[in-house]
Amino acid sequence: MRQPLLALLAKEPAHGYELKLALEQTFGQAYSSPNIGQIYVTLKRLEQDGLVRSQDVEQDSRPNKRVYELTPAGREELAAWVAEPTEGPRVRDEFFMKLILAPLAGLADRMELINSQRHHYFGIMRSLMDMQANMDNASPAARLLVEGAVLHLQADLDWLERCQEELV
Amino acid sequence: MRGVFSREDRPPGSPRRFSRGDPSPRAPHGGDCPSPHAPLAPGGAPAGPAADPRGGSAPGAPALLRARGLVKVYRSGAVPVEAVRGVDIEVGVGEFVAIMGPSGSGKSTLLHVLGGLERATRGEIWLRGQRVDGLSAAAWAVLRRRHVGFVFQFFNLLSTMTVADNVELPALLAGASPRQARRRRAELLAELGMSAKADMAPSRLSGGEQQRVALARALANEPSLLLADEPTGNLDSASARDVLRLLRRAHAAGQTILMVTHDAKVAGLADRVISLFDGMIADDARVVPASRKATPVRDILELRG
Repeated sequence: MRQPLLALLAKEPAHGYELKLALEQTFGQAYSSPNIGQIYVTLKRLEQDGLVRSQDVEQDSRPNKRVYELTPAGREELAAWVAEPTEGPRVRDEFFMKLILAPLAGLADRMELINSQRHHYFGIMRSLMDMQANMDNASPAARLLVEGAVLHLQADLDWLERCQEELV
Repeated sequence: MRGVFSREDRPPGSPRRFSRGDPSPRAPHGGDCPSPHAPLAPGGAPAGPAADPRGGSAPGAPALLRARGLVKVYRSGAVPVEAVRGVDIEVGVGEFVAIMGPSGSGKSTLLHVLGGLERATRGEIWLRGQRVDGLSAAAWAVLRRRHVGFVFQFFNLLSTMTVADNVELPALLAGASPRQARRRRAELLAELGMSAKADMAPSRLSGGEQQRVALARALANEPSLLLADEPTGNLDSASARDVLRLLRRAHAAGQTILMVTHDAKVAGLADRVISLFDGMIADDARVVPASRKATPVRDILELRG
């Protein structure tokens, strides 16, 4: 979560709760937004690393709020993060390990493993489609996030079908 | 706007459109075909709990379509090809069932046999409690006109007729008055967002629009069963989403749907997914939504960094 917070702070200084809201508004309900505690802990670490600095701002009749801003070092780190290529999503190798190895040990039947994994994916697909049905007013970022998850899941299901064709 | 997917004559709060009554699905040649005089009214239905839960209908859901031991062999080539090799299937009233599987697994053949477009080599089929596998092509045509809507991958609209006439035709063929047919057509086209194109030729429409018209045509007689063969297979992703959204709404209004598809998104809309493999059912799964708080959804959507 470090870099997304740096990126939001690069736009403008903000306090922890504003950052949480900004993440939620940008990515929508599909994104499981970090709780406020995680955000404060991350900000504290970023400050220890010299990537952000903070100051207390007084508020009328309320406790001070701590406003964070990016340091030059933070801006450099952010630029490096943006510039470097990103790893693709990991292959679900844990299921694949089960699929290949469990039948060898007589622990499971491949068709059953594939079917139960498929049911699991169907359930996720259902949840994603339910989300998508309620996203008419969502931001493009929020919609694309769910669409990306749907496409990944489609690929996972296609791959299961290939495993079935080759192995069962 | 009043939703035409929902039924005026359905009691409020009842999502299903059929009355209870029990022509037992086991009774061969049920002969309980309802009156043909009201083609725009939903037919009566086979009901009662499914006698055999193996087919996977919702508990207590009456079976609308049942088939046992279906086999389809093509003998046109030098070597007979067994496209469907012993399929038992059951679709409950109001269910949305998707049939998935690799190319060549027999999905489309199965759908065509179930809809009477092709004759089964062996096996039994009951639709609405009536044994139908032995029907003549002509009797099937009459049955389909009243009770089975079909949507195809390539739309199959009549190119020499307007959009409006394409949608009105099924009702007219089934005996509706021109006024009834016009009214139903107007409702459906409005519901599907196609009113403005009513007077156009199908060839002037985009693929997505043509498929919406095809869907309107399929629903014109309020069929008991909607059969769809890869309805999004020839559409761009936005049009596919529109069509799926409409099917989702039809299903929510009680429409029973059996759909062959490659589109994994359909698994997120269907009540059940049947996986076909080498002409046999490899899996029959009721789709249970994963909780949004559950780790799997989070894992997929987690933004890392």
